Amino acid sequence: MSKKYDAGVKEYRDTYWTPDYVPLDTDLLACFKCTGQEGVPREEVAAAVAAESSTGTWSTVWSELLTDLEFYKGRCYRIEDVPGDKESFYAFIAYPLDLFEEGSITNVLTSLVGNVFGFKALRHLRLEDIRFPMAFIKTCGGPPNGIVVERDRLNKYGRPLLGCTIKPKLGLSGKNYGRVVYECLRGGLDLTKDDENINSQPFQRWRERFEFVAEAVKLAQQETGEVKGHYLNCTATTPEEMYERAEFAKELDMPIIMHDYITGGFTANTGLANWCRKNGMLLHIHRAMHAVIDRHPKHGIHFRVLAKCLRLSGGDQLHTGTVVGKLEGDRQTTLGYIDNLRESFVPEDRTRGNFFDQDWGSMPGVFAVASGGIHVWHMPALLAIFGDDSCLQFGGGTHGHPWGSAAGAAANRVALEACVKARNAGREIEKESRDILMEAAKHSPELAIALETWKEIKFEFDTVDKLDVQ
Amino acid sequence: MPFQSTVGDYQTVATLETFGFLPPMTQDEIYDQIAYIIAQGWSPVIEHVHPSGSMQTYWSYWKLPFFGEKDLNMVVSELEACHRAYPDHHVRMVGYDAYTQSQGTAFVVFEGR
Repeated sequence: MSKKYDAGVKEYRDTYWTPDYVPLDTDLLACFKCTGQEGVPREEVAAAVAAESSTGTWSTVWSELLTDLEFYKGRCYRIEDVPGDKESFYAFIAYPLDLFEEGSITNVLTSLVGNVFGFKALRHLRLEDIRFPMAFIKTCGGPPNGIVVERDRLNKYGRPLLGCTIKPKLGLSGKNYGRVVYECLRGGLDLTKDDENINSQPFQRWRERFEFVAEAVKLAQQETGEVKGHYLNCTATTPEEMYERAEFAKELDMPIIMHDYITGGFTANTGLANWCRKNGMLLHIHRAMHAVIDRHPKHGIHFRVLAKCLRLSGGDQLHTGTVVGKLEGDRQTTLGYIDNLRESFVPEDRTRGNFFDQDWGSMPGVFAVASGGIHVWHMPALLAIFGDDSCLQFGGGTHGHPWGSAAGAAANRVALEACVKARNAGREIEKESRDILMEAAKHSPELAIALETWKEIKFEFDTVDKLDVQ
Repeated sequence: MPFQSTVGDYQTVATLETFGFLPPMTQDEIYDQIAYIIAQGWSPVIEHVHPSGSMQTYWSYWKLPFFGEKDLNMVVSELEACHRAYPDHHVRMVGYDAYTQSQGTAFVVFEGR
C-alpha cells in the first residue's frame, strides 16, 4: 500500500519500537546496554538506537518512500532491566539479513556500532552481544584451519599448546631474536610468538627476523624430534606488505603466521585469513587495542562480540585473557566467550554473559590463547579453566627462569604435562595444585627452581567489568 | 674451592610429544590414562613405528582401532602384545574421537631403541 509523504520529525518509537515483533531465524540480533540522557523514555532511546544503526535518520525524508522501509528497518523488539542498575537497560534489536554484505564483518560493525555511538540522546552505549544467523555465518570463511586441523599439523594431542612471547619485546637484532626462539623451542615449548609491537622496525627488519627464526625453528625441530613453530607477525603498513611477508613465511616453510586484527582491521584480517586458507598456513590472532573498546562496563563493545567477529573473519588462535594473570577478565565471562570460539552451539546463559543461543554450524573452532603475567604456579588453574583446546603462553614465566629460557620452557612443559596427567587420573587439579607441582618438581630441577622463583607473585585486583548479575 | 656457578646447563632432549617431559609411567599410571580414554567415550588405538620414523604423520596401526572397546585389561594386553611383536619400536596409545575426527589424546607407552 502506498503512503503519503509527511515531512517533519517523528518520534523514533513510532517506527522502530515494535514489541510484538517475533525475530526471524535469518535476522541478525543485537543486545545493547543503553544509558539514555535524563528524561528521555527508554522506548525512545532504544528505538533511536535501532533506527540510527539501520535505516533511519533524524528527519523523515521523501526518498524513503521510493522503497519499502518496513522490509529493511531494524527493530527494537524487547527492553529489559539491567540487574542492579537503575539508569541503564538492555535493548534487543533485530536487523534483517539484507542490511549486510555477505561475509563482511566490516559492514556489520560499520552499521551496528557506527554513528549511533555518538548519538546525543545517549550518555553511554555498549554492544553486549550479537546473534549471527546461520544464513550469515555460511557466507563467512571463518578460521582458515581450525582446532582439529591445527592439531593434526602440529601433532599435538591431549593437552593445551605451550608457547611464549619473545622478550624483550623490542630492541633485539634478528640474530639475537632467533637465538631466544631457539632456546625456548629446544626447551620444550611448541610455539613462540612475535610480540605484537614487532613489525619491521629499524633495529630488526622483518626479513631478517623471518630468516633467523626459520633457522631456529628447524633446528629445534631436528634436535627435539617434535613439531615446532613461531608466529611470524605479518601485521604491516599496507595490505600489500602484509601479503609479501606472508608469502615469505610460506617460502621458508613456516607453519604459522600472525596478525593483529583490531589495529590491522577486519578487512585486512579477513583477507589474510583467506590467504592462509589457500596456502595451508595457520593464523594466530592478537587483539591489541581491545581493552580500549571493551573494558568500560557501559560503553563500547563487549569482547564476546569481538571474539565472535574474529571467528567469522578468520583466525586459528585468539587471545582471550587469562583470568588468573596480570590482565582483566573474570572467569565466567571468559568461559562464555571461549565457548563461542570453540563450540558448535552455545546456548543463551546470562551467568556466562551470553545473551543469545548461538549456532555456529560447521564453522571450525578457534584455540583460546591465555597470555600475560602467568607463571608455573598458575598451571593447574589454567588447565582447569581453559581445557585442552587452548594455547598457554608464559613470557616472563619462561625467560625469567634463573637458568634461562630453555630451562624455563622445560619447567612449564613439565608442569603442564604433570597437570594433564593428574587431571586424566581423576585428581582435582586446582585443589591439589601444590602437591601435583611439588611431586613433578622432584624429577625436574628446572621446575623446582621455577616454583621457588615465582612463589610469591600474584595479581589480585578486582575486575573492572563485571557480569550484570545479582 | 673451585668456582661453581648456580646456573645449571639445560641439555636439549629428544622427546615424543605429550608426556615426553615426564618420567616413564608406572603400570598403574598407564592404566589410569587408558581408563580416562575409555571414560571419555574415545576408541583406543595402538600405533607403533621404528624410532627412525617417529616424526612421520602415520605410524602403523596395531591390528585396527579398537572401536568401542571398554575393557581396560583387553587394551593393556593388546599394548603388551604389540610391544612383544615390535620390541624395538615406539608404541603409542591413542584415544580416538570420532565426533571431532581427532585424537583426544596420544602418548608413547613403550620407547623403542
